[in-house]
Amino acid sequence: METTETPTSGPAKPESSILTEETGEHVYTASQWQLMWWQFRKHKAAMIAVVVLGVMYFLALMAEPFAVYGPTQRFPRLESTAPTRIRFFDETGQFRGPFIYGLERSIDPETIRVTFVEDMSKIYPIRFFAEGTPYKLLGLFPMNLRLVGTDPDGPPIFLFGSDRLGRDLYSRTLYGSRISLFIGFGGVFLTFFFGITLGGIAGYLGGTVDEVIMRIIDFMVSIPQIPLWMGLAAAVPRDWPVIRTYFAITIILSIVGWGGLARAVRGKLLSLREEDYVMAARVYGARPRRLIFKYLLPNFMSYLLVSVTISIPFMILGETALSFLGLGIQPPAVSWGTLLRDAQQLTVVAQRPWQMIPGAFVVVAVLMFNFIGDGLRDAADPYARI
Amino acid sequence: MPEQKNQRLLEVNDLKKYFPIKRGLLKRTVGHVKAVDGVSLYVNEGETLGLVGESGCGKTTSGRCILRAIEPTDGEILFNDPDTGWVNLRELEQEDLIRVRQHMQIIFQDPYSSLNPRMTLLQLVGEPLVINHGIRGKALEDRVAELLKSVGLRPEYLRRYPHAFSGGQRQRIGVARALALNPRFIVCDEPVSALDVSVQAQILNLLRELQENLDLTYLFVAHDLSVVRHIADRVAVMYVGKLVEMGETDEIYPGPRHPYTEALMTAVPRPDPRASKDRIVLEGEVADPANPPSGCYFHPRCRYAEPICAAEPPVLREITEGHFVSCHRAEELSLIGVA
Ligand SMILES: Nc1ncnc2c1ncn2[C@@H]1O[C@H](COP(=O)(O)OP(=O)(O)OP(=O)(O)O)[C@@H](O)[C@H]1O
Ligand code: SF4
Ligand SMILES: [Mg+2]
Repeated sequence: METTETPTSGPAKPESSILTEETGEHVYTASQWQLMWWQFRKHKAAMIAVVVLGVMYFLALMAEPFAVYGPTQRFPRLESTAPTRIRFFDETGQFRGPFIYGLERSIDPETIRVTFVEDMSKIYPIRFFAEGTPYKLLGLFPMNLRLVGTDPDGPPIFLFGSDRLGRDLYSRTLYGSRISLFIGFGGVFLTFFFGITLGGIAGYLGGTVDEVIMRIIDFMVSIPQIPLWMGLAAAVPRDWPVIRTYFAITIILSIVGWGGLARAVRGKLLSLREEDYVMAARVYGARPRRLIFKYLLPNFMSYLLVSVTISIPFMILGETALSFLGLGIQPPAVSWGTLLRDAQQLTVVAQRPWQMIPGAFVVVAVLMFNFIGDGLRDAADPYARI
Repeated sequence: MPEQKNQRLLEVNDLKKYFPIKRGLLKRTVGHVKAVDGVSLYVNEGETLGLVGESGCGKTTSGRCILRAIEPTDGEILFNDPDTGWVNLRELEQEDLIRVRQHMQIIFQDPYSSLNPRMTLLQLVGEPLVINHGIRGKALEDRVAELLKSVGLRPEYLRRYPHAFSGGQRQRIGVARALALNPRFIVCDEPVSALDVSVQAQILNLLRELQENLDLTYLFVAHDLSVVRHIADRVAVMYVGKLVEMGETDEIYPGPRHPYTEALMTAVPRPDPRASKDRIVLEGEVADPANPPSGCYFHPRCRYAEPICAAEPPVLREITEGHFVSCHRAEELSLIGVA
């Protein structure tokens, strides 16, 4: 995870800094976070990314009302159907509001492939805030309201199509984002715990301790990470419960990242320790604890923030990759990686391209995190002397 | 203790600071940069001792070691603590050191690196008071406002961050912070050399004014000799980690006794063009503190060098009262100074 090291080389100097552009008491009395926010705000792509990710995380948390069905709900005889066409006009060209047709299953006598044809004899209107399969909101509040749905007697609505067991891909993508988006946080949290603790100890104590920790990190960082991930993930027993597997994968993902971060933290700490104001503080009597928490930590919080942002997408990609290879999250648990497993065969790409939609979510999430990382990097040091 | 020490505030004996040079995979120490290599000096109560020398000769390191802001390798740092009398700073444990150091503060060269950008003026200047006296709230604001006024800053600026200020103003903030604990002694490490010429004089005047009003003692590090002449009562000249000459400003400027001091002095641009023919151009490079020459460190560049100079290191001797020189030929040479 080389990218976690980027902050040590210092943030890319913003071409224009809020401090050179604006004057006035509100700027003079603005704290670091305020200055960072003002600078960040000017980064359009990053701001858009914040909104997009905000929506994605919101949907992940509140998946149930936005999903149409439960993650494992099956519709027999409707396997691998294309996304349901949403129609507004019936055969006669009359406007009927959003509605769908039911599907007729038939087998092509020549290719022996299952095909679905719309049965136009009856229309099924799409209902908003429809009553659907009951669930518990946030795992607490029993509800059965779904954002969209059809009447109970109607055919199912598959916005992204269905998978080969007849489950709704759209709903599964939403549920899957829970594991995929949040594995990043768990992994990052652990990475940071190890990275900051060990980097902090090395940087603060120096000497032999520093030497030993740095050599261990050199070793860790030199192990190729994909084989290491795969090796460790393969060692996780298949029959572990979902939660335990989830944590195991989180730990595996963070094992690789902490070395780079520890190095970055140590470097920053060593350079901060040399700042004159830290020396001044020691001379006027600040004791080690105060130095760390009041002088050193606040000054590299912004660097940590940048590091977090750019390492989350690596976690998301890591989970996807492991699960795609069958080494990560195991069915019946749903993640973007497990969903993409269905898209492994070449025929899928040609005949059932909708099965790759979860991949688009991965791409968007990773891109958005990178945009935010860019914006933060520019804003992280508002005091960069120009 | 000798009697004359009664008027002394600080005495440094044989101070050393060696930085290890590490090489290779195992980071073995392959040598030392002898940044400060046996400096002895004293500072009298209420005076300013100017510490001069070329870049890299160890002025900053000396100043910091004297405060134990960095740990010296060896030597004695005697300070006349107003509460308890003479103490050797090197022997103090953390808590005692913190107590004694309330009387000893520091002003830095770089007005940017010296102020924590994440603190407001109130916090910056108030921190020493919070830490040592637990002052808070209104009392703290009043005291900080008072300090700001004493260095020529408006007390309304309390809530501002350092990015709101120019280099000169930042330096004033640094001075206010150094004054917060009512110190007796302040190490001023080139406090004006990073500033515009027009601002330099203002800060120097401020420091002088404060010295008079608050009875302060300064160790004033500088490489600009005209600044030192302007502010220092006595001067100490350093070359490659060692003191080569120390004495009254009024004595050393017109009559230096060490060839290096002479070279430094005559390098000062003077308004009188006729005087420039006396200018001595220093040849050669400053010696490497990791690998200094034998004998007198200055001998490869000294125009008066004799065989003994390469063979034996000279010791710092008091040649006339209060005038110390470290040169084999101090008595015989007649050197040029500045009027
Ligand atoms: N932390 C350090 N580690 C290694 N060497 C150091 C360190 N600090 C200073 N030195 C070396 O010690 C010598 C003296 O440095 P110092 O900063 O004290 O000089 P100075 O007289 O203050 O110079 P200047 O006029 O440039 O400020 C230099 O050769 C410098 O490279
Ligand atoms: S001891 Fe010799 S070399 Fe050194 S300054 Fe004196 S005369 Fe020059
Ligand atoms: Mg210096």
